[in-house]
Amino acid sequence: MTRTDPLDVPRPDAQLHFGVFFQGVNHWTIWSDPASGSQIDPANFRRVAQTAERGLFDAFFLGEGLRLREVDGQIHDLDVAGRPDAITQLAALAAVTDRIGLVSTSNTTFNEPADLARRLSGLDLLSEGRAGWNVVTTDNAWTGANFRRGGYLDHADRYRRAEEFLTVARAIWDGWENGAVSGSPGAPAWAAPGAVRQVRHKGPQFDVDLAPTLPRSVQGHPVIFQAGDSGDGRDFAARNADVIFSAHGSDFDDALAFADDLRYRLRAVGRPDDDLRILPGTEIIIGATEEEALEKKHWIRLQQVTPATALGIAGLLWGLDLSDRDADGPLPKEDPVVAENDGSFGARRITDPRKVVAEWREKAETHRWSLRETVIALGPQRGHVGTPAGLADKFAHFVRHGAVDGFNVTPYLIPDGLDDIVDLLVPALQERGVYRTEYTGTTLREHLGLREPLTHRSTTDRRQAG
Amino acid sequence: MSGPALRLAVELDGDGAHPAAWRRAAHSPDHLLTPRRVARVAAAAENAGFTLLTLEDGALPPGATPDVVGRIGAVERAAFLASSTSVIGIAPVVPVTYAEPFHISSQLASLDHISIGRAGWAVSEEARPEAARAWDRPRVDGAAARVRESRDGVEVVRALWDSWEDDAVIRSVATSRYLDRDRLHYVDFTGDTYAVKGPAIVPRSPQGQLVVLGRPDLVPAEQLDVALVEGRDVAAVTAAAAAAGTPRTFAEVEVALDTVAATADERVADLERHTPWTDRGRLRHIGSAAGLAALLGELRGVVDGVRLHPLVLDEDLPELSRLVLPHLFERRHAVRPLPGASLRTHLGLERPANRYAAGAAFEALEETR
Repeated sequence: MTRTDPLDVPRPDAQLHFGVFFQGVNHWTIWSDPASGSQIDPANFRRVAQTAERGLFDAFFLGEGLRLREVDGQIHDLDVAGRPDAITQLAALAAVTDRIGLVSTSNTTFNEPADLARRLSGLDLLSEGRAGWNVVTTDNAWTGANFRRGGYLDHADRYRRAEEFLTVARAIWDGWENGAVSGSPGAPAWAAPGAVRQVRHKGPQFDVDLAPTLPRSVQGHPVIFQAGDSGDGRDFAARNADVIFSAHGSDFDDALAFADDLRYRLRAVGRPDDDLRILPGTEIIIGATEEEALEKKHWIRLQQVTPATALGIAGLLWGLDLSDRDADGPLPKEDPVVAENDGSFGARRITDPRKVVAEWREKAETHRWSLRETVIALGPQRGHVGTPAGLADKFAHFVRHGAVDGFNVTPYLIPDGLDDIVDLLVPALQERGVYRTEYTGTTLREHLGLREPLTHRSTTDRRQAG
Repeated sequence: MSGPALRLAVELDGDGAHPAAWRRAAHSPDHLLTPRRVARVAAAAENAGFTLLTLEDGALPPGATPDVVGRIGAVERAAFLASSTSVIGIAPVVPVTYAEPFHISSQLASLDHISIGRAGWAVSEEARPEAARAWDRPRVDGAAARVRESRDGVEVVRALWDSWEDDAVIRSVATSRYLDRDRLHYVDFTGDTYAVKGPAIVPRSPQGQLVVLGRPDLVPAEQLDVALVEGRDVAAVTAAAAAAGTPRTFAEVEVALDTVAATADERVADLERHTPWTDRGRLRHIGSAAGLAALLGELRGVVDGVRLHPLVLDEDLPELSRLVLPHLFERRHAVRPLPGASLRTHLGLERPANRYAAGAAFEALEETR
């Protein structure tokens, strides 16, 4: 089965898009293997980005951290940590890549619009239209302790600030008319009179008045990405984003339901329902046979969930320090302690630990699992495992039925974790006609097949934001 | 005067030191903000043998109409150049009046990783009230308040650069620990206007501490590696350098050279018809390459280096490269940087011990008292 009958699927011509997420923290990135490289050496960032570009990926993503994670007031020491500032690293990669998009995860809570909009514009110009911005928010004072403002936003306000932040950023990006700067050496003025507009914005979150300092890049605006699964997050994406990350990319029905929900939300805000690219984060494990792929998955899980990591994950669930327990023994007998999440371990939130623990106990008993086996078996079952041909068929099915537009791959090994995807899976996808065989555009917006920036839709060149 | 060989730095923002420099640039205005042009100028400076390039910046437009009003952020340009050059040191100008010190620290430490130890930081300030409006921050009014923000900002940034000891990443398979948390440190800074907890998110960078440059009237001397000193003549520069109290001093020198097409005086006069060249009280050489070489020779022993501000980059860089720098290198009045060495090494500065590391703690304490 290499071709699907076009009449049987809603999107016979759909193409799969790939991004690569160089994560920075969390236990999915294996560090204990001899093949695991440095998390800070610039050569590894270059290697991953260039491999992805060889594989005709749309984008290279960097995550963001604004404070080292902690457990019980102590720095979490089990996972990879320590990473470069995203925009700075991406500006460096702009010089050593040609086509791949460069996407920065940047926080709206602990940045200011004029500064961040300008930094992203700089990346967009230096990469000639390849910049993207993954908009994230923070709602904890714990992160705020590293900033002048301190912790000051509650959960609801963080999206209000994010939205107004975007409005201001877009006004700044639209502050220069197209062709504002003279193309002739003998011009009377560097920029045409009146071609650069002052941006004045006064709202509940921001009161700014500034002269923007940069023209638009060839793609108009940096591409806006949004990660966030809550209703608020999905609505925010429907109103503002070009691309949404999701956790709904492993199970077809779940992915399709998520995609349908977003299409509904897009229509509700008056956007075409194909206006948003859906790229779930995923892990892809490839073997020459199904059996080999499953064996590899087993090995990867054991590297990711070491005994110490299993005890750490269980400790967060139970709200107890379990680090002196035996990970290969039974589950703790104690009842979980429900603690307030202060943000010190990232966005992890367990709403009802008692219920989860009860489920864990039941499954562990049935299958005679140790604590570590339970953590592995019942942890997030994200990702896809299989042969290149099997995965290519599956992904073709996903994308042709509109369940996803592609995947944002999180390699379990840095810097070589993309190699088999690029060398084995990409050719299999190309054979099935669901993956590009060359870049057809130069900008990230073109790679993703996106329309003009939202503020340029009705009357191009007229500023609407603000 | 004779003395140790000079280190040569060059400021590469825009089209040159003169506000109207774009009128004599070798490209049309719309090419100024392109990666090709940014890389080309830096390559010219690297090939000429400069030890360091700096990139001016601030939240406000670089000039007023009809001159250049556009500028890509210096950190972004610096990072881009770190990938497209291999030897020259790179120091973006970053004002810390309103910016978040935590972000600045991460950005600059990242630049040092990316450049494998070639990064510096030229500290500056946002003096104009419009900057506060752009940042949406309460105005920092008056020189004393701006010095306070610079002092606190540099202190936080430097503390964060030390907040990871060099060997904090242990990758201990035996104990399952990636980090040794005992080698990570909260900086726990509390200043007059804000507090910062730490530690950094970026591991300690190749140089440990980037080379920090700045004006001694803006940043306390004990926080600077290199003082950028000004003065209209060699005597004034000598006095300023002697008073700086920093490990190294660099004189600011504005330069316009004779070219085949026009004399320096003619070139300056041409631009002055449009816009005046702001007098900042710096040494200024308008004339022949030989005259500049003689002036720089005089500065040996007075300062450790110079930062040149060429009138028009596209016209003066080739002359500097063709006539001035070779002359200085031949006579050992100045030295070229060596491939593979850090910026600190080029400036004869030690790689500092980590203030938090066992054994280094006492030493660092002594230094700050």
